[in-house]
Amino acid sequence: MNAPPRFHRDAETFLRDEARVTWHDQAIWHLRKKRDTATEDVPDWEALRDHAAAIKAHVLDHLPQLLTAFIDRARAAGWQVHCAGDADELRRTVHRILEQKRVQRVVKSKSMLTEECGLNPYLEERGIDLVDTDLGERIVQLRHEPPSHIVVPAVHLRRREIGELFHKTMGTPAGEEDPTRLAHAARRDLRARFLAAEAGITGVNFAVAETGSIIICTNEGNADLGTALPATHIACMGVEKLIPTLADAAVFLRLLARSATGQPITSYTTHLTGPDPLRPGHEAHLVIVDAGRSGLNADEEHRRSLSCIRCGACLNTCPVYRRASGHSYGLTVPGPIGSVLGPSLVGDRLARELPFASTLCGSCTNVCPVKIDLHDQLLSWRRRLAERHLVPWPKRLAMRIGAWVFSHPALYDHLGRWVRRLWPWITRPIPGSPLGPWLKERALPPAPAASFRQRWKKDHAGKRDG
Amino acid sequence: MAVAVQLFVPCYVDQLYPQVAEATAAVLRQAGCEVRFDERQTCCGQPMSNSGCAADAAKLARRHLDIFRGTVSVSPSASCVSQVRNHFHDLGVTLDDADHQTMADTFELSEFLVNRLGVTEFGARFPHKVGLHASCHGLRELGLGSMSERRSGVVASPAELLLRKVAGLELVPPTRPDECCGFGGTFAVAEAGLSARMGRDRCADFATAGAAFITATDMSCLMHLDGISSRHGGPRALHLAEILVST
Repeated sequence: MNAPPRFHRDAETFLRDEARVTWHDQAIWHLRKKRDTATEDVPDWEALRDHAAAIKAHVLDHLPQLLTAFIDRARAAGWQVHCAGDADELRRTVHRILEQKRVQRVVKSKSMLTEECGLNPYLEERGIDLVDTDLGERIVQLRHEPPSHIVVPAVHLRRREIGELFHKTMGTPAGEEDPTRLAHAARRDLRARFLAAEAGITGVNFAVAETGSIIICTNEGNADLGTALPATHIACMGVEKLIPTLADAAVFLRLLARSATGQPITSYTTHLTGPDPLRPGHEAHLVIVDAGRSGLNADEEHRRSLSCIRCGACLNTCPVYRRASGHSYGLTVPGPIGSVLGPSLVGDRLARELPFASTLCGSCTNVCPVKIDLHDQLLSWRRRLAERHLVPWPKRLAMRIGAWVFSHPALYDHLGRWVRRLWPWITRPIPGSPLGPWLKERALPPAPAASFRQRWKKDHAGKRDG
Repeated sequence: MAVAVQLFVPCYVDQLYPQVAEATAAVLRQAGCEVRFDERQTCCGQPMSNSGCAADAAKLARRHLDIFRGTVSVSPSASCVSQVRNHFHDLGVTLDDADHQTMADTFELSEFLVNRLGVTEFGARFPHKVGLHASCHGLRELGLGSMSERRSGVVASPAELLLRKVAGLELVPPTRPDECCGFGGTFAVAEAGLSARMGRDRCADFATAGAAFITATDMSCLMHLDGISSRHGGPRALHLAEILVST
């Protein structure tokens, strides 16, 4: 599930298809532009972000108390609450519930948490027929690959590829590429599966401590159908999804869809408070998992990244993500937030490449609706990785030598003269040259005969202090 | 009384772009400053800092602050200025009040001219279509202009104000106002493919807008963009200071 990311290798592979990169960048930039337009309609957008950040800071400061309060209310509302320490415990808990209810067929709406915890393969290996019902998730499920984006999971695919996939798996006519007709085919295929399912699994966008209810946001209504039809509902959430009150939920609901897709609100915003009293035998389970969250919350420098509401805005604005695609990150959550969460949640060794997969341009920090200082967090992870000797030694050595040279101005001046003298050879693209990667697609300027300091010295010879 | 200004010349500008440092000095003199250059300066340590090598960066930060202590310094590179002003805090260096003052008194050229001295007119002439690339660290860390992501009102870009006063110069805007050029320091070499692709896209955006030249407040973005242009064709890069001394 968490294979070591090979960001560099996979990004280079993705880059080779130049037309796809162009199209991928433009499709995702379109989401960023829609987000911009939507935020212009909110007169107090920046104040709303401040407010959301303050609520999340309060949540992180009071996580254990909020969790206790939430569990009490949730149990009173009829939820069967299960707590899981890690991904494995979550998987086993969900499987145990399904076994107890003798469930064979499950419909599941989008949940990045269950992706992170590897729930699908675990249940499939145990004979459960599990169908993802979000259209994008269904597409990547049929392709046996992970989502490449947390809001639009199949954004890396072109219409033609989806047409071919549906032709193979759902029998749509060969060459059919019309999005509406393809969506209808998927809907027909899914409808039967919804009706046959004995359990529905969902994620959770927000868990409200004051009411014991959960809020699920979708655009397709698939979570609603997936919880309304089957006799058993299992909702899975990370402990950081807690918020204190319904009034707080109002703040996040104004931010979430606008940041994600530029919609004022998701098409379906569903509040569920325990099992449906009108449906005899209906069971509602809630699995709350920690999976590294408490550990991250104790890390003063990086805990703010737990505030993430998974809107995907930082992915959409990230110039690197748009050209590398989500799969290159090798984690369920890609992009800037994934590169910040990765070292904590999947391990610093596995994710060590990711904090460097950024130009630190800072656009992510500016779009984040809960004001996570993403590019500063990336930088601070770089420092942490260097401290732990997880930055490759040639780079550390180069920086050590650089710092030594720069500490000796006479040496620096001398070396500069030699480098400029040898410049025509240094900048020749020969294999193995450290400048080789630069020179592959970029020239370097010719070296001037004299550096600025040489020229200054000459111009100011005999004069003091300039 | 003339304002005394210490030139803060980044290492790569010193070695590869002496004309940019000279143009910076010339513009400052024209604005009435007494320009000085302390030859002990080398590098602010940004590459080390951005590589996570805080201990190496800290040595250079300490050095920089000792050399520039008590001065007002001005640089043709926004990211180096941001390193001094915003990131020396992160390196575990013990900073006293004078250090904080030195950091606060470190300026990027256009912000110093416009926001500090209130000078925008240099009598320059540059009869070309020019695209202004909003260098990320100048924009998002020094606040030199309106950020496309934010809804906090219009912030005048000092570089744009200066360019608008240049005779014959026509500013042509790219479709993406503040997309990163892809340089990113060591990123440009470590992730060369991504970096170059971002650079090509950025150059293409300016080329489509009709720009003959790209300018910016950061020479490092321009080194990257010009490297792309001279290989693939496209608008050539010139530092803002070079345009301001053109006649």
